[in-house]
Order: sequence, then C-alpha cells, then structure tokens
Amino acid sequence: MKTNDIILQTVTKITVFVIILFSIHLFFAGHYYPGGGFVGGLMTSGAIVLLLLAFDMKTVANVLPIDYKHLIGLGLLFAVGTGLGGLLFDVPFLTHAFTSVNLPLLGETSLHTAVLFDTGVFLVVIGVTMTIIQTIGEDE
Amino acid sequence: MSLLHLAILSPLLLAIAIPLLHKYFRQIHTGWFVLPLPIVLFTYFLQYISLTRDGSSIIKTIAWIPSLDINFSAKIDGLGLLFALLITGIGSLVVLYSIYYLSKDKEKLNTFYVYMLLFMGAMLGVVLSDNLIVLYTFWELTSFSSFLLIGYWYHREESRYGAQKSMLITVFGGLAMLGGFLLLYIMTGTFSITEMIGRSGEIFTHSLFVPALLCILLGAFTKSAQFPFHIWLPDAMEAPTPVSAYLHSATMVKAGIYVVARFSPIFAEHSLWLWLVAGVGIVTLFWGSFSAVKQTDLKAILAFSTVSQLGMIMSLLGVGAAAIHFEELDNSYFTVAVTAAVFHLINHATFKGSLFMVVGIIDHETGTRDIRRLGGLINLMPISFTLALVGAFSMAGLPPFNGFLSKEMFFTGMLRVMEMNIFKLDTWSALFPIIAWIGSIFTFVYSMIIVFKTFAGKYQPEKLDRKPHEAPLGMLIPPLVLASLVIIFGVLPNILSETLIAPAMTSILPGLAFDVRISFWHGPTPELFMTLGVVILGTILYLTLAKWQSVYGLLPDKLALNRLYDKGLEKAQYGSFRLTSTYMNGYIRTYLVYIFAFFTIVVGTTLFVKNAFAIDASDVSPIRFYEAILVLVVAISAVSILFAKSRLTSIIVLGAIGYTVSLLFVVFRAPDLALTQLVIETVSVSLFLLCFYHLPEISRTEERIRFKLTNAVISIGVGAIVTMIALSAHSTKLFESIAEYYVENTYEEAAGKNMVNVILVDFRGFDTMFEITVLGIAALGIFTMIKLRLARRKEG
Repeated sequence: MKTNDIILQTVTKITVFVIILFSIHLFFAGHYYPGGGFVGGLMTSGAIVLLLLAFDMKTVANVLPIDYKHLIGLGLLFAVGTGLGGLLFDVPFLTHAFTSVNLPLLGETSLHTAVLFDTGVFLVVIGVTMTIIQTIGEDE
Repeated sequence: MSLLHLAILSPLLLAIAIPLLHKYFRQIHTGWFVLPLPIVLFTYFLQYISLTRDGSSIIKTIAWIPSLDINFSAKIDGLGLLFALLITGIGSLVVLYSIYYLSKDKEKLNTFYVYMLLFMGAMLGVVLSDNLIVLYTFWELTSFSSFLLIGYWYHREESRYGAQKSMLITVFGGLAMLGGFLLLYIMTGTFSITEMIGRSGEIFTHSLFVPALLCILLGAFTKSAQFPFHIWLPDAMEAPTPVSAYLHSATMVKAGIYVVARFSPIFAEHSLWLWLVAGVGIVTLFWGSFSAVKQTDLKAILAFSTVSQLGMIMSLLGVGAAAIHFEELDNSYFTVAVTAAVFHLINHATFKGSLFMVVGIIDHETGTRDIRRLGGLINLMPISFTLALVGAFSMAGLPPFNGFLSKEMFFTGMLRVMEMNIFKLDTWSALFPIIAWIGSIFTFVYSMIIVFKTFAGKYQPEKLDRKPHEAPLGMLIPPLVLASLVIIFGVLPNILSETLIAPAMTSILPGLAFDVRISFWHGPTPELFMTLGVVILGTILYLTLAKWQSVYGLLPDKLALNRLYDKGLEKAQYGSFRLTSTYMNGYIRTYLVYIFAFFTIVVGTTLFVKNAFAIDASDVSPIRFYEAILVLVVAISAVSILFAKSRLTSIIVLGAIGYTVSLLFVVFRAPDLALTQLVIETVSVSLFLLCFYHLPEISRTEERIRFKLTNAVISIGVGAIVTMIALSAHSTKLFESIAEYYVENTYEEAAGKNMVNVILVDFRGFDTMFEITVLGIAALGIFTMIKLRLARRKEG
C-alpha cells in the first residue's frame, strides 16, 4: 500500500523555512540574547530532520547535496582560523576584535570576529548532528 | 682515556669485532682471535706489581656523568690487581682450553666468545672500579653475561632453567647491593670507595649503617653462592665446561668475596659484619662439602666444592675482620685469617680451574660425567689422572700442594677465634674450629671421590659411548699450567706473599701491620694434628662410603632448598595469577563496584579525618514553589526508573527528567541552557528509542532491576557522599566568585550582552574550540563504527 503524506509534506514545506529562519535568528542574536551557534545549529539540523521525516533520504540528498562530514571540517577550520587570525596582529591566540560600522541599510551595526568563531560552532553542530542521524538512518 | 681504561674496556671492544672475524675467517677457530687479548692484558697488569708492592695505588678518572658524581674512575691497588691477574690469567687459559673444547663446526662460536669477552670486561670493571655506580653497572653485566653463557645451549631445558635461576638469584642480590650503595651515598655524599674508606668513622655512627651493611652483604652472598643462595651454582653447571671453569670457580663467584674484602675497611668494625660473614661462610663451608659427597655428577661435585671453598674464604674474611679490634696486639695474630683468605683465593682459582678442565676432558673423551659409569681410566688417560690428583689433593689440603698451606692457615685462623673475647664470641667460638674441621673431612672425602671413582677401580667400557683416550695437547696445556702453579705455590709460597698477598691485605686492612711470610713447616702445632685427623677420618669415611651414604636420605625432600626455590617460584606465579584473576574478573559491574567503593571510602574518610563536613544555611536563598514542584517531579521520576518494569518506561521517564531539568533551567534563569537542554534531550531520547527498537529478541524479556545489597549500599553511599561534598562546598566559601568581572566587562570588553555566549566564544573560547572537536570526533566515530565493518565485509 502506498501511503500518501501530502498533508505532512505540505506542512513541512512551509514549516522548514520558519524553523530555519528561527535558527538563523537564534544564531545571530546569540551575542546579545539567548541563542548562539550551538542552539542555532541544532535547530537547523532539526529543520533538515523534519525534511528527512517528510520525504525520503534520497530526495533530501538531492535538495541539499551536502556531505555533512565536510561541514565538521569546515566548522573546525573556521574556529581555528579565527584563533590563528589573532596571531597575525601580534595578539594571543583566540583574541577577538570588534568594531561598529554604519552600514547604509542596517544602520549602526557591530561587527565581531566572535561571530566567525560562532559560525564554526554552528557548522560543526549541523555537521555532527546530521552525520550521526544520516549514518544511523542509512544503516540496515 | 688512559691505558688503564682502555685495558678494562678492551674486551668489550673486541667483542664488537668478534662476529665479523667469525664471519670472514671461518676456517680459523674464532678463539684464536680472542686468545691474545687476555695474555696481553695479563702482562700489562703484571707491570703494576712493582707499583702496588709498597702498598700504593693509582686512580685514573674519566668523567661519565660528573653532575651526579658518577665517573669512570679506575683504581689499581693490591686487591684489584690480584683479581685482575686472576681474571686475565685464568681467562687466557680458559680461552685456550675452549679452542680445543668447542668444535668449530658444531657450535656457534661467535656468540660464545662475545659473551665470554663481555664477561671478562665486566669482571675487570668490577674489580678495578672505584666508583660504586660503575661497579654496579659492571656487576650487573657479569650477571647478564653469565646468564647468557649458562644458557649457551639454549635448546636444552636444563640450561634455560639454570640460566633463569642464576639470573633471578644474582639479580636479586645485585639490586639489594644497589640499595646498599645508594645508602652509602646518602651517608657520605660520594660514590668513591676510596673517599668512603677515609670517612668510615663517620659512616659507623650513622643510622643507615646497618641497612647498608645488610644490603651489600646480600649482594655479595648471592653472587658468591653463600648459604642459602648457593642453589644456583650447581644448576649453572649446564654451561659449557670452559664457562664453568672460568665463571663458576675462578672469577665471577669471587666477585662477592671481592666486595666483602673491598668493603671490610668500612664495615668490619661492626659486630654484625663479623658474625654474618664468618657465620654464613662457615655454614656454607660445611653445607657445601657435605652436599658434595652425595653427588654423582663430577661437575656437581665441583660445584658444591666451589660453594664450600667460597664459604671457607668468606669465613676467613669475617674472622680476619676481628683484627681491627685488636690493634694493640702488634703481631699478625688475627690477620693470619685474611692472609689465609687471600692465599686460598689464589689457590682455589688454580686447583679448581684445573679440576674443571680435567672434568671437561673426561666428559669430552668418554661422553659422560657420571662417576657411576666411570672408572679405571688411569691407564688410558695418565696425564689427566695426574692433573686430577694434583688438583684434588690440593683441594683436600694435602702436602706438598698449596691447598695444604692455606688449609693450615685456615685452621690457625679458626682456632684463634676461640681466643677472641669480643662480640660474645667467647660462648660460641668453639663452634668455628669444629665446623671447619668437620667440613674439611667432607672436603677430603669428595676430593678422593673425584680422583679415585673416576680413575681407579674397574674400567667399564660397556657403559661408555666411545672409546676414551688421552686428550689433545692443546686441551691439556691449560690444566697443566694451573697444576704446575699448584705445586709451585705449594713449594714456594713466598713468591706470592710479598708480590700479591701483602698488597691485597693492605687494601683489606688498611693501616694494620701484618706478617705474611708463609712457612711451609711450622712445627707440631694443633693445626697439623687437625690435618692428620682429617686425613685419617676422611680415609675411613671414604672407604666406608657405601655404608653411611644412606644418611643423605634422612633430609626430607620438602626441606631441600631447591624444592623451596622451585615451589616458591611456582607459588609466586600461581599466587599472582590467582590474585589477578580474582579481582580482574572481566565484569564491568565489579570494576564499577571498586571505583565507587573506593570513591566513597577515600572521600568519606577524608571528610571525616579533616573534619571538613559543614552545613551553613545563612547563604541559602528561599525555596520557591516552582522549584519545589520541579525537584519533586525529578525525584519521583528518578525513583520510578528504579522500579520500572519495562525499558520503554525507563526511557520515557528519563526524558521526563531531562525536560524537567530544562524547566529548572528556566526557573533558575538560564535560557541558553534551557534551550540546549530541550533540544539535546529530544535527540538523546530518540537515540535511546533507536537502541531499544534494535535490541535482540532473546534479551528482550522485560524484567525489573534485580535487587543487590552491595549495589544498593554503594549507590546510597555515593549519593550521600556527593550530597555531603556539595553541602560542605557550599557552606565553606573561601573567596568571592569571579563572576563580577564577567558581569562588568561583557559589554565593555567583548561587545556582547549575552554573558553566557560571550564567555563561550570570547572569554573562554579555547574550551569551546575543543568541545566542538569532541563533537566532531564523536560523529566521525559513529560514522566509522557503522560503515567500517570488516567482519561483515568478509562474510559478504
């Protein structure tokens, strides 16, 4: 018997974007409000998991052609790279810098290298969660 | 590096070249390349006689580890020179003998001579080192090379057994000796023996004096095969005969004697030294000669004979130590014992070396060493017979051989013990001459056994594997040289007294006057009558041997020392195996019991002993309604897990606890934690469900957790201890929290308002970096575990 998941799939299509938006919000708000790379990453993978539940693995792999293991490496690279960047300016490893810039559309915005570090965390968390879930899911 | 250092190290250097020489000059017996070295060394050391004659010595030092006061300082004095001459002299003869003894085609000559040279160098190092650590290094090298030589025929079970036994015993003693050396270093702050002797008075009053004495004596006794450590020597007879002749009669077993002699100036003032050295020596003398009579293997007889003779030298050294206490007697009244020790040391090396070589010849020519199969060889091997006769009669203490002289002096020394009135010797002193005398009778008996059971009696060709005939000349020369020395030293003993004995005695008893002239005939003294008694009683005992030999059956097998050693070793192995398998039983549950039990005991005891438990409620915030409810929920859930029948219930309840904890985070105003906890709890509960779903059918039977009292006690204990620690830690705050700094500087320094996040990525980002590394490793680990299944891949 072929099941018809049309309601689930339709709802998913709408919800995923809401979740992803929320997770991006959590990530960017991290420095000022509750949130950050860790929860943001988990929430993003939550969205992908929802896709996995609604559709099958192949479809999701087509939509998001990402090898999540690479994401782990990329994230670690971000984190270490941010730390090493400090060394170029003759300050200790992992010293962050920040500045406020007046951007045309966004107005007064603060730019912070800690966000780059948090991006590393974000990517690693997505990579880790998705690698685990995908590996276990594919296993017979 | 001086010539002296080069002389000590030259055997080791030659040992490096031996395998090459063996490989490229295969048609020449490798021994010929070795032979020149000990001869050259012997002549080199002979030159030093003129130096040590007047009691002087030289020290040459090269720095090795100067910062630790460890320097390769070589010292030549009378004692060292005597031993060096023995080592190189007998070494040359043994190498010559081994050239004819070991077949060029059948034996691995390269390893043999490498071990032999290692040993020779090590032995020279032992007797010529002035630095204790260097001495110890060479000492262990002798144990080590002796182990290799005993196990030379490693395909034989007995060789391996003998090698292991000698290794265990001598290394045990060696380590004890190292302990003694270190104690000496603590007392004096130097490793130099010469300096230590200079400060012996200061050592004598030190509290570590007795432990150092005992440790060093333990090393000397094990190496020199003293009772009850003599058991390794008879088993070491599995080595090739040249090795037995060299190591186990003339040189290595005398290393312990050397150490006792060398440390006499430091320790001899103490009564314990005299009692131990003399007492153990005399017991060894008796036990060795008594045991030698019952042996049927010629080499075993010689081994026990060596044990006995070493005991004799040892007891003489011990008795001679008394000379230090009678300085007012300005004659050589008690020093005669030391003279006898040194003299007998030389004598023993000569006659025992030749006897071993003769036994090797017999073994080589007849194919057996069993005296029950031998007999009547006197006509077939006349030269060997003569050599054996000279050696054995000297060993028995008959004139005109050198053994007679040293035995007379031995009796003199022992008789004079009776006149000592120190160290409570007046009560027991009569025992010394009596035991010595009885021991000498047995010595006489086994000496006769060696000669007459082998060469006299009926010739039994049917029991022999091959037709015996006289050995080749090359094999006979070394024992001939030694036997002629036996006679020369017997007839002209005074050629030794000024050149070797007196300088050696100066090293053993510095600052004492003595008279070393050895008179061949000293009148009708008690000693002479004792010797007569030995000869008469010994002859009677030898002739009636068959009648009283059953006395050896009296000693129960259980009390034999070898059996004790074997059983002890077996029990130690079995015991440690049992011990290990009792506590290492492979169950994780047991190991967790250990860990938690120890945690509870150690931490609990600390809390109790340090009186650290404290409750201070002044700092506690009021409990709010929500908190109470949530804690209650957690508590109820936790208890219900214990009593849950189904695993599914447990998982769900676990999830409930997790969500409640995240609610607690909400209540305690930790939004980041609450968010993370919520998501992580969801993920882990789904993973638990996954595991649950894949449980194998067989073990799916649902049952309650079984109650075990130990588990209950331990978990209650751990819970109580942790609670107590938490309460105490909260009640005793030693300093203010550093949180203020973060509160003040989160925005100022790091441009953020979420303090948790700023700490995570900025103030303490280093931790976070490695935490995400941990996550990455976990993910890759899971990936590898699932994907990489070699076992399954093989099946498919």
